Amino acid sequence: MNTKILKYILLDLLRSKFIISYTLFLFLMSMSVIYIGHDSSKAAVSILNIILFVVPLVCIIFGTIHFYNSREFIEFLLTQPVARKSIFWSEYLGISGSLSAAFIIGAGVPVISAGINITGVYLLVTGTMLTFIFVSLAFLSSTINNDKVRGVGLSIILWLYLSVIFDGFVMMIFYMFRDYPLDKYIVALTSLNPVDLSRILILLQIDISALMGFTGATFQKFFGSITGKFISLMLLLLWIVIPAFISLRIFNRKNF
Amino acid sequence: MVRYSKIFIHIFIFTFLINNLCSGKDISVCSVRGYKTVKSALENSSDGDRIIIKKGYYRENNIIVDKRVQILGEDNPVIDLEFINQGFIVRKDSVIIRGLEIRNIKVSYVQDLSAIKIENSSGCTVENNILYNTFFALYLANSDNCLVKGNKITGFAQTESSSGNGIHLWKCNNIRIESNETSGHRDGIYFEFVTNTRILNNYSHNNLRYGLHFMFSDSNSYMKNLFSENGAGVAVMYTKNIIMEENIFTGNWGPASYGILLKDISRSVIRRNKFIKNTIGIFMEGSDKMNIEENEFRDNGYAVKVFGNCSSDTLIRNNFIGNTFDISTNSSRNENYYSENYWDKYKGYDMNKDYTGDVPYRPVSLYSMLVEKVPESIIMMRSFITDIIDFTEKAIPVFIPESLVDEKPKMILNEYN
Amino acid sequence: MNTIELRDLCKSFGKNQVLKNIDLQLKSGEVTALMGPNGSGKTTLLKSILGLVIPDSGKILVNNADVKNDFHYRNLIGYMPQIANYPENMKVRELFAIVKDLRGHKEITDDELIDNFKLNEITGKNFGQLSGGYKQRVTGALAFLYHPEIMILDEPTASLDPLSSEIMRNKILKEKQKDKIIIISSHIASEVETLADRLIYILDGKIIINKTLKELKNGSQELKLGKTLTEILAPVLHNKKS
Repeated sequence: MNTKILKYILLDLLRSKFIISYTLFLFLMSMSVIYIGHDSSKAAVSILNIILFVVPLVCIIFGTIHFYNSREFIEFLLTQPVARKSIFWSEYLGISGSLSAAFIIGAGVPVISAGINITGVYLLVTGTMLTFIFVSLAFLSSTINNDKVRGVGLSIILWLYLSVIFDGFVMMIFYMFRDYPLDKYIVALTSLNPVDLSRILILLQIDISALMGFTGATFQKFFGSITGKFISLMLLLLWIVIPAFISLRIFNRKNF
Repeated sequence: MVRYSKIFIHIFIFTFLINNLCSGKDISVCSVRGYKTVKSALENSSDGDRIIIKKGYYRENNIIVDKRVQILGEDNPVIDLEFINQGFIVRKDSVIIRGLEIRNIKVSYVQDLSAIKIENSSGCTVENNILYNTFFALYLANSDNCLVKGNKITGFAQTESSSGNGIHLWKCNNIRIESNETSGHRDGIYFEFVTNTRILNNYSHNNLRYGLHFMFSDSNSYMKNLFSENGAGVAVMYTKNIIMEENIFTGNWGPASYGILLKDISRSVIRRNKFIKNTIGIFMEGSDKMNIEENEFRDNGYAVKVFGNCSSDTLIRNNFIGNTFDISTNSSRNENYYSENYWDKYKGYDMNKDYTGDVPYRPVSLYSMLVEKVPESIIMMRSFITDIIDFTEKAIPVFIPESLVDEKPKMILNEYN
Repeated sequence: MNTIELRDLCKSFGKNQVLKNIDLQLKSGEVTALMGPNGSGKTTLLKSILGLVIPDSGKILVNNADVKNDFHYRNLIGYMPQIANYPENMKVRELFAIVKDLRGHKEITDDELIDNFKLNEITGKNFGQLSGGYKQRVTGALAFLYHPEIMILDEPTASLDPLSSEIMRNKILKEKQKDKIIIISSHIASEVETLADRLIYILDGKIIINKTLKELKNGSQELKLGKTLTEILAPVLHNKKS
């Protein structure tokens, strides 16, 4: 791992207009949500919605576009005496690092200023993890596709799938198998989607969890336990690591 | 006729009291001299006497009061039952117990042991007592015309099976329960076969199961009480002619918690209450001819859950603010009437400025119906798919009961003076 | 004394076979010009040597060592791509710093091009503000900065203004004296005539011509490269058509 390249990539990104406006956007949204509403649990829900909607979309699209725009620079770096994987990780950590920084400053400062509690910590941890996950997915679709338009297209499809389509399928499954006890399978099913996993982890933190009734109690039992939380975080970690390593493999064999 | 007989009874009691005051003698109980126990004082008393218990610490239990006496504490003398048995058992009319502190009632799985029990008596008063670490606290059985007022009742119930109720009434008539505070029991206030009773200004909180629980108890009224953070809220079952006004139901959060659970209730009024931060504000099952009006539902999970077997209920001039779901039902039919409510989710317009929206409002969301049918789908809460589902249904209504609609949704909050 | 050797090198992109069994040896002290029509495989060949393109089969040896899965050999190479682009918020100075960080083991840098291209004036600027010509000059200067033993220049003058092109050509001629391997791809016959010692002509992924310019002159005093090429290639192109 060559941290020298990472340093310069981070420097470049942290100065970019996009990252600065993303930070500002998150900041203003979170501030308005926290200070206009009075209810902290409702504010948490609103920030949750931002995290689940904005963070994945921004990360996967920006990650993909940035990868294609950096193509010549990556090419340039590849002609220097550095290993390919160093360049890959520098780019990966550069983008995910700067997007996480934007998130932690943009959403974290308002959340922390509103008073630190466990929900806030969860919001920030899952938001950061989602940032890394969707940058991993962005790299996956940009290393798979040589063509920028197709790469961005695949990214949008991935985002749509994880944010909407997957949940639609889950709802259909619920409805079709409504006569069977499902709760255990649902826990397994949601682990197949990092967005759902994050949503449920946070939802169970806020007192809205009681709404879930007796079925919710099963989820609470799983996601509320130390083991459940640990497993969830590990699953999110896998969602970061697996796409990242697949794209590294592709990157290593890629022609520039 | 009923009213006249009531007045007669009151006059009867009053004259009795006057007689007592005039005719009885004072007996004092003190830990240092004279009668050292309440029991010994009682043995040497007769009807109409006043037993005055001086400040002190008395280890006694199973005190049977079978004379028409007043038992009065001075500066809250402590009667410690030491978990041996129960406290006072009143078996005589017109007994007064006031100003005592009774502690440490035995937990029993066989008997309903309590701090003060009133059996088969009339016209008794239990006032300004502190009942601490109780199993059952106040227990009224087959009694009438009693007053329970200003008692502070604290229990430390752990499980439902090993705990009793704060104020427990069984087969009673014309009781007044006023300004008591009860916490840490199975049920804060429990009624079974109780009629013509008023419950006013009580504070029932942090009880394991219900803050108030009553069954088969017709023609009672509940006003200005505060029920908060009880395991399951308040349950009203198998009863008719109830008036519930100006109560506050709050903080009943849990997988099966309600502001009020209405089960087989009819011809009752729920008016000007506040339901704040409950999992379910009102849960109605098998209830009909209910007037639910001018209540405020704020920040509840479900404001009102109406089962399909409810009919002829009216919900008018209520305010719905910040609830996750306003109305939820498991039925595709609707036999209840909604009108003039304020719904914060209402997106309609008001062209003629009469503060009533020009388009009807449908307070049931498709997603909430889906949750009723498939409870597991609650795990999809706050995901975009639920918004999409609701949006689609709003655009092309198919599943939501046609008649479940507020034709006159208010543009501004309903004001109650 | 450095060497580059390509043995039976093949590369295809999808169904398109870009390099077909390329065998080639290059040695120090010679400027090799790589010519051929667009899409003939010139750039792919150069990128294979650099490790940007990974060959399907065959071997690339630099100083008799296989370059597969190695990156240290790139210390020897200075490369100037056709198009250069850098992160837009990066300053010119920072790009120099990266290269220095990555291969700054040589104390003395070759600042000749930096001076001649007048790059000192723009080191504080972001790449987003620079014109294409300036970016290309920076790229050129970077390629020569650490006295590389092997120079790979992909159409080095294509997007430079005439003056800068002249500076670049003079620099190449100067470096030629230092016993280096220099590979230039170019479309400009006159440029090849002035700079190169050897000409390699690639057509459809195959080497058609690999001769020194002396051989191509064939004894005559003057070389008209354009004409010579047309003569040599005519039968090949004819065969291809039929």
